[in-house]
Amino acid sequence: MQVKVVMAKLGLDIHWRGALVVSRMLRDEGMEVVYLGNQFPEQIVDAAIQEGADVIGLSTLGGNHLTLGPKVVKIAQEKGVDALIIMGGVIPEDDIPLLQEAGIAEVFGPETRIESIAEFIRSKVKNSIA
Amino acid sequence: MEKLTEYFDTKDDVSLGKLLKEVENQTPISFEILKHSSMRKGKAHIVGITGPPGSGKSTLVSKLCKQLAAKNFDIGVVCIDPTSPFTQGALLGDRIRMQELAKTPNVFIKSLATRGNLGGLAASTADIVQVLDAYEKDIILIETVGVGQVELDVLGVADTVVLVNVPGLGDTLQTLKAGIMEIANLYVINQADRPGANESVKDLNMMVRESGKTDWKPPILKTMATKEEGIEDLIDQIFQHKNHLEISGIWKEKRQIRNIDRLNSMIQSLLSSKVEEYIKKEVVWQRKVQEVREGKADPFTVSHEIVNSLVNK
Repeated sequence: MQVKVVMAKLGLDIHWRGALVVSRMLRDEGMEVVYLGNQFPEQIVDAAIQEGADVIGLSTLGGNHLTLGPKVVKIAQEKGVDALIIMGGVIPEDDIPLLQEAGIAEVFGPETRIESIAEFIRSKVKNSIA
Repeated sequence: MEKLTEYFDTKDDVSLGKLLKEVENQTPISFEILKHSSMRKGKAHIVGITGPPGSGKSTLVSKLCKQLAAKNFDIGVVCIDPTSPFTQGALLGDRIRMQELAKTPNVFIKSLATRGNLGGLAASTADIVQVLDAYEKDIILIETVGVGQVELDVLGVADTVVLVNVPGLGDTLQTLKAGIMEIANLYVINQADRPGANESVKDLNMMVRESGKTDWKPPILKTMATKEEGIEDLIDQIFQHKNHLEISGIWKEKRQIRNIDRLNSMIQSLLSSKVEEYIKKEVVWQRKVQEVREGKADPFTVSHEIVNSLVNK
């Protein structure tokens, strides 16, 4: 079974290049990546529901990670979505434990190798061959 | 997923999303889902939107949805993008053109990767459409991958085929070629503010006029999807075509043909898996297969022997 990832820029953060580069790299890792562009938490979860996503990838460099990140987790739980939620971008070290506590499975900073993101996803998403 | 009927009765997006995920991945339960939805389908108007990459299909679909949703239609969208032949991965980028639909509750969008299928659709498209249909969507829009001249699978799934082209893709001769140009019920020249739009319309007009079609003459429309121009006319023509299908009886006929096609393809795939099992079970056939492999027996005779033996059992 192919891993399906819904990738979004969180909120109004305009730094789209990183999310697109990671999307393309995950594509090359054999995953199916639905690129949403900018969306707010509720719409990201709605898209994940419609797409049957295994993974929700959130990209943020704008400083909204602590406000909007946990919100995605909360709405996903409320709606019964069990997708793996991961985050990437420029995020201060100190905030990472807070995000993980809030239910973000992992946070990937700059210069993360794509293999480690792909490995992490594969280890967490069951029944996948990608 | 034990109580399948509940998933159909609840009619919420979360249940639908789960059903479609099973069908998309052809899991064992998907067979039950399809069985269940098969008798509930048949009401939705299925509209295929096809055309070359970058012609504006996604943007057009977005604007169509926006206006149809405002008219209270319940809409399903299936958009397909290509799978990599090297990694089996895919970048499904149609939603980026449909961002304005994110807060529209009566639009449900499912992106599919072709997963090796070459006809412009994903192999699971018809099944996904069937479940959306059973979920009482009024209209289902199928956006094909960007196509060339011979990706015609949409013809077998859609009631109405819209071919989206852009100005400047060749001269009159291109409109006369067989294949994709023949299958449309509606022609759209999108990005109509670009040079050559009127020439493209003229070429298409001539082609349609000379095609000798009398029951339904495919209209040719100009749109500028990004500016949301020409969308109302397009919707109007899509409904007129539906009306034509119903009055002429083609609506019913298409559904009957699809039912039979489905039966036949199911029989074929069942048979071939039965044959495979049968060969595995019997040593004598395994030996024959080995002989074919080594060139000591011919595949024409042996295939007949195996199938006849199974059928006569």
